[in-house]
Parts: sequence; C-alpha cells; structure tokens
Amino acid sequence: MTQTATTMQAGQTRPARTAPRRSWLSDIPDLLTRIVAGLIAAAAVSYVVGFTLWTVVISFTDSTLLPEYSFVGFKHYFTLLRSRVWQVAYFNLTIYGLGFILGATGLGLLLAILIDQKIRAENLLRTIYLYPMALSFVVTGTVWAWLLNPTIGVEHFVRSLGWAQFNFGWLVDRDMAIYCVVIAAIWQASGFAMALFLAGLRSLDADLYKAAAIDGASPARMYLRIMVPAIWPIVVSVLVILLQTAIKTYDLVRALTAGGPGIATTLPTNVVYDYMFQRGLMGAGSAAAVMLLLSLLIVLLPYALFQRLRRGKGGGHG
Amino acid sequence: MVEARSLSARGGRILLYAILIAFAAFYLTPLIVVILNSFRSFQEITQTSVLGFPKEFRLDNWVQAWGSYCIAGICSGISPYMWNSLLIAVPATLISTLLGAMNGYLLSLWRFRGAGLIFGIITFGVFLPAQMKLVPWAITLRDLGLSNTLAGLVLIHVVQGMSFTTLFCRNYYVNVPQDLIKAAKVDGAGFLQIFWRIILPLSPPILIVTVIWQFTGIWNEFLYGITFSEGSARPVTAALMALSANIAQAREYGIESASVLIAALPTLLVYLFGGKYFVRGLTAGAVK
Repeated sequence: MTQTATTMQAGQTRPARTAPRRSWLSDIPDLLTRIVAGLIAAAAVSYVVGFTLWTVVISFTDSTLLPEYSFVGFKHYFTLLRSRVWQVAYFNLTIYGLGFILGATGLGLLLAILIDQKIRAENLLRTIYLYPMALSFVVTGTVWAWLLNPTIGVEHFVRSLGWAQFNFGWLVDRDMAIYCVVIAAIWQASGFAMALFLAGLRSLDADLYKAAAIDGASPARMYLRIMVPAIWPIVVSVLVILLQTAIKTYDLVRALTAGGPGIATTLPTNVVYDYMFQRGLMGAGSAAAVMLLLSLLIVLLPYALFQRLRRGKGGGHG
Repeated sequence: MVEARSLSARGGRILLYAILIAFAAFYLTPLIVVILNSFRSFQEITQTSVLGFPKEFRLDNWVQAWGSYCIAGICSGISPYMWNSLLIAVPATLISTLLGAMNGYLLSLWRFRGAGLIFGIITFGVFLPAQMKLVPWAITLRDLGLSNTLAGLVLIHVVQGMSFTTLFCRNYYVNVPQDLIKAAKVDGAGFLQIFWRIILPLSPPILIVTVIWQFTGIWNEFLYGITFSEGSARPVTAALMALSANIAQAREYGIESASVLIAALPTLLVYLFGGKYFVRGLTAGAVK
C-alpha cells in the first residue's frame, strides 16, 4: 500500500483497507454495479460514434430546419467545395493556422529557454505567461478587439501621444484582419507551449547540459542543436495540439472580428455554424462539419500512428 | 540549468531580464487595460482610448455590470448569467469527473477484450469538433424537452466531459498495480467496493486535476452555450458576447470591462490557487 502511495505521488493518500468492511456497498449486487459501469462506458462510446455517424448521415440529406432522411448523396459536399465562402474560409484557416502555430511554438520555445537560465522570479513569470490559458476565448477576443480597434485602441493611443501618422488598423483591413486573430491566439496559447517545453527541458539529463557546455557551444547553438532535438517528441505534441486548436477555433473569431471585415477572418467553423443555425441548412452544415472532421483526421491519424510506433519501440523520452 | 559561466556576462543577463519583462508586459497589458477601464467613466474612455489611467477610481461600472446593465434587453447585469454558469459548471464537473473515474477504473484495472478500443474511441471524443455534435444535440435536447434549459447544458457537458475525464483517470489508474486489485478480489471485494475503498482513496491527485480542468473548460465554453440557450438561460460567456454585440447604443467600455473581469474571475482564481494542478492537467495529455 505504501509503495503504491509513493509511486502515485499521492501525499494525502489515506491507507485503503484491502479487507472490506461489511457496509451498504456490499449490499449492492456485484453484477449490477458491473452492468452499470459497462453502461456508462457504453454511453460514452455510443456518444462519440453515434453522434459522429448521425451528423455524417444528415450530411447526405437535404435537411433544413428539421432532419429529414431523403438522401441527396454528395451534393452538399460538391456545393461547398465550389463555394467561395468555403474556399476563403480554408484559405483564412491556412494563414491563421500557420501564423498561430509557428508563432505560439516559437514564442513558447523562446520563453521556455529564457526561463531555463536560472532566473529569479521564475514562478511569477511562468504564472504571468500562462494565465491567458485560464481565460475563455470570448474574453480574449473581446479585449483584443478593443486594443486592436483603431478608433479606441492602440492606434488612437499612440497618435494621442504625438505620433499623428501612426497606423495600426489591421482589424478593419481585409488583408490584415486575420493577423489580429493570430496575435490574440498567440497571446492566449503561447504560455501553454512554454509550459510544455519547459517541462521537457527540465526532464533532460543534467549531463547533457554539462557535455554541451564543455563542448564550448554558445548557448543559442546549444539549445538549437542539442536541447530542442532532445525534446522533439514534445515539440511534435505541441504542434499537433496547436494545429487541432487552430482547426477548431471558433469563439475567438466570433468575439474578435465576427468573421469580418466581409468574410476576411471567417474560418470553416464559422461557416458550419452559419449554415446550421443562421441559414437553417442542417444538411449542408453537417457536410461542412464532416469536412472539418476530415481535416482534423488528416492531422490526428498520422500523429496517433506516430505515438503508437514510438511507444512500441519502448517510448524514448516523455 | 545552464552553467553560470555561459550566460554570466552582465550584459547578457540584463538583456535576458529585459526580454522576459517585455513579454510579461505583453501578457499583462490586456488584463491591466481591462482593470483600469473598469474604473474609468464612459466620457473618459470615449474621449481618449481604452489605454489610460483612471482620473478617479469609480465603482459604478462594477455596480451596473453586476446588477443593472442591459444585456440583450434584459436589464439585470451579468449576475444572473454568473449563476447560470455556476449551476451548469459545478454539477457537470462533479458528475463528469465521477463517471470518468468509473470509466478509467473499468478500462484500466478490469482489463477485458476491447478495453483498448473502447478507450481509443472515448479519447477520440476529446478531439472531435463540437460542430460534429451540434445537430445531434439539438435533436436530442428537443426530444428530451431540454432545449434552452440549464439541465440541457449540464447534460451536454457531462456527456462531452466524460471523454476528458476518462482519458485523465484511465492514464492515472494504469499505474495502479494490478496485484492490489487481485488481492482485494481474493478477499471477496466486488467491483464497486474496490473502486470505493481502494481506487478512490488513491485518486485525489488526479481528481483535483480533473475537476480544475473540467470546471475551467465548462465555465469558458461558448459554442454549446450560445447554440442551446437564449435570453436569461444563457451562460456567462454567451451573455458577454451578447453584451459586446449590443450595437443599439454606444459602447460602454467601462461596464463591459467590469463584466469581462467578473466573468473571468472564477477561472482566474482557480488558476492562481490551483496553478500547479492546472499545469499538470495541461501536460498530462501531451507529455504522456
């Protein structure tokens, strides 16, 4: 028992009794509890499988406000693929995804490396860098919408300081608005990348640092050549998690730009919602949702395979 | 962990701290802006910008935000929506955590054929986009008569949350020695007794992580909230959106700032006081 407690790192673990007392617990038939537990697991499974299949089925129908099961094949898929809003949404997602993932990963890595330099006030800084993760995207989007709004935010502020020509109107600029979403998303998620990278760096063997230092490599080179490759499984995890976050991003856009100006920051998730609940096109919306899922699977399946292979080899680090 | 020598140059240290502090400012600016604005008057903000120091610290933004400001035609401030979110998040967190612990226990310690597959499918639910579930939920809630009710959102978050909680708990229970279970079975303990007397007492570390993570996630959730509630049944995230989408009148940035802070406060407090567990939750999925 004590052994278990230490392996589970449970400081506050009370010793459990292996020989159960007679109590109300033993009055419940064992078979019944097993059946209930099985049903709970079955419910969780059928939720995932059932709801997915349900949406897939509806995506092949002409359902509008109510589900109706008259099949139209791939009609909605073809219509969507040809529609401008869907193409623009995927184009936006590409720009946003690249900017957000590279930005958050790069910034997270930089901060993790800087924090790894035996600095003072490490806990305070980590707390500051990570706190946006505790916020809702609605809060993040709302506040950044003010800061980036040219008439009330940073542009107006800098101009009032005397730099009258200062321009920062990305939020209302069709070509640049998507980068506002990128900035807010990086602000929110880079601390997460930092936390994971730091955990990775801290798990590295101290000898690796010593060997690298003896080698006489400059700190920057040392990190890029030795430490980062040593934590590459974490780097992959962070990239994948951020990528799936990017694909699923919805609230942030809605709070920050509402998809605009025009459809300049509309993402596929916004299109899905628009079809399903604004235009009442359940079938078309479901088809869009299924395509969203397929995009996600393109990312997740190779990752799952990679994890499995790595674990099969006895898992390296992490 | 770097040898002190390599970065000991004084200039290097100063640069290091300058960068660290600059980024701290980047992360803190939005929070500070909102805090300061919550004390500034309407005229003060609209005549200048959202960046500015209050001339005097006024509390009326807070009073109005909490109790009387009109959100989508309902003039009761943000407080009723805070209660809604609390009434959704607390039961949904507790129930989904308990069910996740049961699932985790079943799938890790009662290894049976297909347990791995079942776990894989449930875990997949973590990644499944919410958009794939909106239409089925809309139909299900309507058939159950739970559209536009708090109970409907609790149900969604319990079922939805089970994927996360099962993932967390199962990965934790996998490290419990199988012998412990075998010994208890020899002693005649049943399924529920082993869970109650052996597994649950071992679980506080993972249950704290799960509860913190679930509460934060459910409190901050927006899409289900906005889709399946309207009017006074909205959770606070949906109410915030309605508040800032209010185009009929001039933007009351001061009141909005106070509302944003009130809405963000519960999860910020959870983060400040449970930060260690919060980070553990973040890393649990990825580093494992």
